[in-house]
Amino acid sequence: MMDPVGDITIREELEASQLHSGLCKRIVPCLDIKDGRTVKGINFENIRDAGDPVELGALYAQQGADELVFLDITATVEKRKTLSELVNRIAHKINIPFTVGGGISSVEDVSVLLQNGADKISVNTAAFRNPQLLNDLARSFGSQCVVLAIDTKKEEDGHWYVYLNGGRVKTETLCTDWAREAVERGAGEILLTSMNNDGTKKGFALDITRELSTTLPVPVIASGGGGTMDHFMDVFTEGSADAALAASIFHFKEITIPDLKGYLHQRGINVRL
Amino acid sequence: MKLAIVKYNAGNIQSVLFALERLNIRAIVTDDTNEISTADKVIFPGVGEASTAMQYLRERKLDQVITALKQPVLGVCLGMQLMCAHSEENDTNCLNIFDEPVRRFHLNKTHSAGVKIPQIGWNKIYNVQSPLFEGVDQGYCYFVHSYYASLGEHTIATTDYIQPYSSALHKDNFYGVQFHPEKSAETGARILENFINLV
Repeated sequence: MMDPVGDITIREELEASQLHSGLCKRIVPCLDIKDGRTVKGINFENIRDAGDPVELGALYAQQGADELVFLDITATVEKRKTLSELVNRIAHKINIPFTVGGGISSVEDVSVLLQNGADKISVNTAAFRNPQLLNDLARSFGSQCVVLAIDTKKEEDGHWYVYLNGGRVKTETLCTDWAREAVERGAGEILLTSMNNDGTKKGFALDITRELSTTLPVPVIASGGGGTMDHFMDVFTEGSADAALAASIFHFKEITIPDLKGYLHQRGINVRL
Repeated sequence: MKLAIVKYNAGNIQSVLFALERLNIRAIVTDDTNEISTADKVIFPGVGEASTAMQYLRERKLDQVITALKQPVLGVCLGMQLMCAHSEENDTNCLNIFDEPVRRFHLNKTHSAGVKIPQIGWNKIYNVQSPLFEGVDQGYCYFVHSYYASLGEHTIATTDYIQPYSSALHKDNFYGVQFHPEKSAETGARILENFINLV
């Protein structure tokens, strides 16, 4: 936590921002998909097939998830067809909004996914390599369905840089610069993953989340590092995030969505109960 | 029962179809004026921009068809806004069923950084007063919008974002909801079911 003075200011700011708004902070489980199946470890009872992303997604929706992200990490030529079929199955079953990402690089890719019932799509490396893609997607489908995913890492110089290809390729572009440009081009939300924090369970990257969320006119979904319920509390207050995404803590039932939402609600965060 | 979804150039209606399917309702998606006029219920969906949507409707005379309907009609999101008299979005004259004006959200200095436009996410509907909301008391619904219908005599549900506004409107056989019932979990499913059960 920050020093007491800073904490009070942030608390007052949070209350002020909620004064005129009943808008809830969103809890977003993320499912990684490979060849149509959920990957990473999953530890669920009462679910017939833990590898089926549709069934797991439905379970999260039932537990009160506000939104779902399905990230396809398949790397085969059959990929596109498998993904659109999967999206179609998800859309039949899931009654909350969901985002699909992974390897999307054209208006045609997006068109197929939306026709199969996706609410939003997320783009990452392809949009950085070809920023015009964001303009084209926003014009064709509206900004409301265009999520820009950014993988970012804080270097020794203290700045946050954009990384591509799942974090394998460093760029010289600052995260804040790319985020601003992307929003101007038509991105409707930013899904921000801190590579420094991802997998650590030591908390979200509050500084960069706050910087983007308080300076950009679009919602910021914070990702990477959520390990305790307090981390979510911090990212919504100090980080000023609009939504928080996590994967394994939900998959392994280290934190359940109803418990998390109850915890946040008790502490004055506006959540959907 | 025959349920028609108005087909036009505003957004994809796949999720509305799937939501109805989960309620065991098979709908037809059509811009055929006869099909729409003879349906038992009509859903008028929409995500997009007001002036292009109105132009499309006028060119196909769908504006006249919709306003002449006597069966229950449910406008969703942009569909609801188009059922109002006028929208600030590109200064567009709309269908003039509800006289509540549609305005753009504006931030003033008292709003802290972090209030975003469009509103994206779950918000509460309250002061609900219609059979459309039977069994739904202070439910949370999913919203995505930059424009809102003001409060007025046709308001049947209120939501707060920057200020209170109409999250649902009703006049005679016409209903409109600003949120997306097809994406609003059990609450949304109940509202769609209530609409289906209207007589």
